[in-house]
Amino acid sequence: MITLRGRLTQFNLPALERGPVIVRLSDRTDRPAPLSRLEAFIHHRGPVPGGFGWYLVKDAETLALLPEGAAAAVLSEDFQHLADGDVVRLEPAKGAIRTLFRKAVAYNHFLLTERCNNYCLMCSQPPRAVDDGWIVDEVLEALPLMDRAAREIGFTGGEPTLLGARFIELVQAAGSHLPNTALHVLSNGRSFATGSLARDLGAVRHPDLMLGIPVYADLAHVHDHVVQADGAFDETIRGILALKAQGVRVEIRVVLQEQTVPRLVPLARFLARNLLFVDHVALMGLELTGFARANLERIWIDPVDYQTELTEAVGILDRAGMKVSIYNSQHCVLEPSLRRFARRSISDWKQEYIPECAGCDAQSECGGFFTSAKFRYSRGISPIVKAA
Amino acid sequence: MAKFREQAQFDSSAQSAYTMLPWRFTPLDEEGYVATNMAGEYVTMSASEVSDFAGGALRPDQPIYDELKSRHFLIDDDTQVAIDLLALKIRTKLAPLANFTGLHIFVTTLRCEHSCPYCQVSRANDDKREFDMSEETALRSLDLAFRSPSPAIKIEFQGGESTLNMPIIRFIVAEALRRNETARRNLAFVIATNLAVLDDEILQFARQHDILISTSLDGPADLHNRNRPRPGKNSYEKAVEGIARARTALGHYNVGALMTTTAASLPQVRAIIDEYIRMDFGGIFLRPLSPYGFAIKTKSYASYDQKKWLEFFFEGLDYIIELNLGGFEFIEHYSAMVLKKMLTPLQTSYVDLMSPAGMGIGAVVYNYDGVVYASDESRMLAEMGDTTFALGNVHDHDFADIFLGDALLEPLEQSFAASVPGCSWCAFEPWCGAEPVFHHATQGDFVGKKPLSSFCTRNMALFRGLITRMEANPKVRRIFERWANIV
Repeated sequence: MITLRGRLTQFNLPALERGPVIVRLSDRTDRPAPLSRLEAFIHHRGPVPGGFGWYLVKDAETLALLPEGAAAAVLSEDFQHLADGDVVRLEPAKGAIRTLFRKAVAYNHFLLTERCNNYCLMCSQPPRAVDDGWIVDEVLEALPLMDRAAREIGFTGGEPTLLGARFIELVQAAGSHLPNTALHVLSNGRSFATGSLARDLGAVRHPDLMLGIPVYADLAHVHDHVVQADGAFDETIRGILALKAQGVRVEIRVVLQEQTVPRLVPLARFLARNLLFVDHVALMGLELTGFARANLERIWIDPVDYQTELTEAVGILDRAGMKVSIYNSQHCVLEPSLRRFARRSISDWKQEYIPECAGCDAQSECGGFFTSAKFRYSRGISPIVKAA
Repeated sequence: MAKFREQAQFDSSAQSAYTMLPWRFTPLDEEGYVATNMAGEYVTMSASEVSDFAGGALRPDQPIYDELKSRHFLIDDDTQVAIDLLALKIRTKLAPLANFTGLHIFVTTLRCEHSCPYCQVSRANDDKREFDMSEETALRSLDLAFRSPSPAIKIEFQGGESTLNMPIIRFIVAEALRRNETARRNLAFVIATNLAVLDDEILQFARQHDILISTSLDGPADLHNRNRPRPGKNSYEKAVEGIARARTALGHYNVGALMTTTAASLPQVRAIIDEYIRMDFGGIFLRPLSPYGFAIKTKSYASYDQKKWLEFFFEGLDYIIELNLGGFEFIEHYSAMVLKKMLTPLQTSYVDLMSPAGMGIGAVVYNYDGVVYASDESRMLAEMGDTTFALGNVHDHDFADIFLGDALLEPLEQSFAASVPGCSWCAFEPWCGAEPVFHHATQGDFVGKKPLSSFCTRNMALFRGLITRMEANPKVRRIFERWANIV
């Protein structure tokens, strides 16, 4: 587990005189002056170059090595992972730092708003009705600073599309500033149902965009129950149709839980028949944070108890020629025939293994656990020992 | 944290009556029925379920209710999006029509060194060039082919033995490629040949232009040689050796084979299938015999009835299913094409199962003499003296005369199965075709009386046979799902 936000131990006086800033880090001593003025030097060891806008150091002693009057912060233990090319927000007045972008990881994501029009039983990021429009400004400011070699970034929420025109602006900015970077957006798709937002999104012509949209059942009331919103199913389906009509790629996301497993096989058949043209189907294990933890008893089903349904559903989708993946699962509880569909989908900063995994030969292929799995995991967890 | 509501609070199915969307039902077997929605999705139902549903008395707590709702047979207070999805599926099914004609068959010659009794069209091999296509005819035929708006144009060379007129094949390929530099279609070529006269020079030419080879293989040597006489009585040996050579030159998957069923085939479906397995084909198309040409003259069509063919077919299908259940993947292509319609939103390009019919707009035939026929069967009918489906002549008529003339539009307009008596209320209609040429040939009417139609009898039995097999065994259903999705 890696900490992405927290309080710094210390900003120095020149830092405290300056306001909050979004800044890219560099550890290069030969950085051209026009750039270094705009960047923060992250110090690991050795001499400290002059000319940087900011300095981040590992301990208070290093402050003495900095140029006269340089604004600086001492990183706490939690932030030693920060490195060249990362983008952070510094708030000297609050003594706070937030990691916005890490160059070393394959996937960085940005929560665009905490507001949502669904209220899912297993939401890992419970929505809040707050005015958080400042987040958009922050991401718009950070995007041009990010590494243009980044493989993929994500927009999440809340429901990002509630931002309306500002959402389109963000997608446009991502496509413009990171033209070689895939953009994955998590949305419930409902905002696209009437067609106009889908048209606007299609018109952006982002070079590599995918919308991940949940469909939890083939029956409207089952889906609506999971997302706790009447009429959501119809809007989501219409939204998917509108997006595909505009040439926007769509991934269907199904969370495997007590409410969705009974209709999983009919859902697979429904997808193959009605939404054959979507670009990917992800069948996902639970992440036990947020509402998922509060509703644990209501939503939990042990993965070993849904392998029959999962096998049939994956088979239907696969035989229909659809691209299908299983996320957030552990190899030892998956039917062996399903392991080739499993992806290592858990972000590194919240991925772990548990003591039962000791001695397992499949860890390098296995997705492992969310850090939150400590609250409940399958009774089927046991090491896979491969014959020598 | 706000209180979460229970599932029942989102289920308003019981609040008011459901609304039926268009659906049809037909008996499946002694007990059950099969019902289909507009787009060809099916459910099996009991008589009482059919009665309840049709009478507006089905309750949401009956298990079939959810299945009917999921498959867009009904809508209720919960959801209306079924109508959008149904409309989309209908559009998807009909969308290929807009492409118009994709398959263009060029009859390069009627000459052939085989003298198969079931053949509809060939002439014994002589040196009469009067049965060869001329360059002038080829050029005018190409004019028409490239007028088709289809983004994919497939040119198939047939005979006679098509390769007895190699100069015209080379001429057509070169000219089509030249035109395609500006026309920019997805252009493909197929040579239909018995392989007996196929030399390395032809194979080299085929390789150079990525031309596919389609040939005939009727079964084991005895059967094949009996069905397909030629001087030397070695049609089988020539075919087997030719398949091997063609695969070496062109690649394994670029050589296909079709079998023709005759009375002699009927008792040996397993041996025929085994021959295809031995020859390393991934599947077989267990074909019905068509009632045209020499096939009728020699009584080889009348010599066995639909019932015998169906027994032959299902014995073969069950043998193939058995092989697949044992882990050996092998496809029966007739079933696969029907299953695609049953289990996927997509269509096949098999002209016999198209509604409206595929004649002219799915495939068209340019005969050696410049006469344009609506289908292969149409030209066979013409050889018997009935020129109903001769659409015109490339030398005298233009694209509009041929493709917008009454000779084509009349039968096409009568080929929408959904509006035909006997079909409009049939649950199998979404999967079936119209076959105006067949019904004209056998009943003198484009539509025909379906209870007298062997086409109807055969396909009804086929649809029922496929459904009962996959409903009885989930493993068979999985095999069928795989077949349905092969391209």
